[in-house]
Amino acid sequence: MKKITHSFIAFIALVLASSVLFVPSVYAQQKNIILATTTSTQDSGLLDVLIPVFEKKTGYFVKTIAVGSGQAMAMGQKGEADVLLVHSPAAEIKFVADGYGINRRLIMHNDFVVVGPAADPAKIKGIKSAAEAFKKIAAEQGLFLSRGDNSGTHAKEKSIWKASGVKYEDEKWYQQTGLGMGQTLNVASEKRAYTLTDRGTYLALKKRLDLDILVEGDAILLNIYHVIEVNPAKFPKVNIPGGKAFADFMVSKETQGIIKTFGVDKFGSPLFFPDAGKKVEDLGK
Amino acid sequence: MDLIFEGIKKAFLLLVTLDREVLGITFLSLKVSGLATIISVLIGVSTGTVIALNAFPGKRIVVSLVNTGMGLPPVVVGLFVTIFLWRNGPFGFLGILYTPLAIIIAQAIIATPIVMGITVAAMQQLPKKLRLQILALGATRLQMVWMLIKEARLSLLAAIMAGFGGVISEIGASIMVGGNIKGYSRVLTTATVMETSRGNFDVAIALSIILLLLAYFINLILTHIQQKERPR
Repeated sequence: MKKITHSFIAFIALVLASSVLFVPSVYAQQKNIILATTTSTQDSGLLDVLIPVFEKKTGYFVKTIAVGSGQAMAMGQKGEADVLLVHSPAAEIKFVADGYGINRRLIMHNDFVVVGPAADPAKIKGIKSAAEAFKKIAAEQGLFLSRGDNSGTHAKEKSIWKASGVKYEDEKWYQQTGLGMGQTLNVASEKRAYTLTDRGTYLALKKRLDLDILVEGDAILLNIYHVIEVNPAKFPKVNIPGGKAFADFMVSKETQGIIKTFGVDKFGSPLFFPDAGKKVEDLGK
Repeated sequence: MDLIFEGIKKAFLLLVTLDREVLGITFLSLKVSGLATIISVLIGVSTGTVIALNAFPGKRIVVSLVNTGMGLPPVVVGLFVTIFLWRNGPFGFLGILYTPLAIIIAQAIIATPIVMGITVAAMQQLPKKLRLQILALGATRLQMVWMLIKEARLSLLAAIMAGFGGVISEIGASIMVGGNIKGYSRVLTTATVMETSRGNFDVAIALSIILLLLAYFINLILTHIQQKERPR
């Protein structure tokens, strides 16, 4: 029994000793930046490439919290994040206008695409207008999966439904997953359903998915990412220089260059198009 | 089926090549859940023993609350710990949200009622006369409690295993309070979810296998301790 007690005490001591390693993180707060962002930037792997570069350059430590754009802005509204990388323009403009964010800058874009099973039961393939395609899905009652999580993609989807003018909520063929983009694509693939996705996440997961791109190229499908610094005037605890450093890093020439080539080696085409310094109106032209 | 083989192959590859990221994630899981379990054992066994050995008004209510706590949903714990640790929350000044420490706190809250509940049951199962006997032999109260804990060690080790099993497999709280930050607060369960959503099913399966192996080895050690001395 004594031996057991001893080995137990040794084990406890070992684990407690190793816990000391956690302590420095508590004291190094100002070196921490909380980046609230969308799942697409994480699931596509872009941030895994960019953040180490930023950390090495500036010495900051970035805590990436990948949630939907809606939740990311909700974190910003409470001062629980320092900088946002989001893609929900209408909500972003309101966020800045309400005084929660400053210095909203264009970073990059790609586009949304409507994907679905190759069999395409609602026959939407090749339709030019996304709204028309949605109308057809509704008319044919093709199963449609929505993110349903207030993300940028969900906001875009709702705006397309609005443009199509059809009733979709509470319909049997319209289901909400409440999950991130990657998981929603997996569900759509399994259930042979239609869904709206950003091209980046779709390309990153394509090899495992049984989904084809059916509608693309419509102007309404543009997917635009902005970086927003959380307004320090409202929240004294926000890491002002850290948030600004990250935002500046995102628009820097070097970063924009990385974005431009990201994914080319793996997917044959870039996942995002760098846009720093451009105007939103000029995108996609 | 191919996918599972691919996953097993990947797990083997990641382990054999000592993939640094995977090793880091595995050690962090072990450290976080191990510490949370130790904290829960310290609190759970002591409080559970006190509850079991004393008669007091409302004891049944307390025990029923503890037993309910054994099923405490990790997401609920995660949500409340997040709210408390927010920068602008009551414990915001600590600045520990999205750190491994936050995960330890949340997991300790999850595991404590599990350990406590089993401790209460284990202690109450001991024959009442045993206490009188030990005291009659001239033991102090503290010595008596220590004897009883030793007597109940089979069940208490089961309590530790249940507590550890509860937190090493938990995801809801880890992802909320830890944030799944690469190389920092990413543990096996949160990494598995992320790799699944990225469509990297082979990596996800590999991580699951590592998680199962880890849980198995910890339980093997605990079981070894538990079974070493057969009860008289």
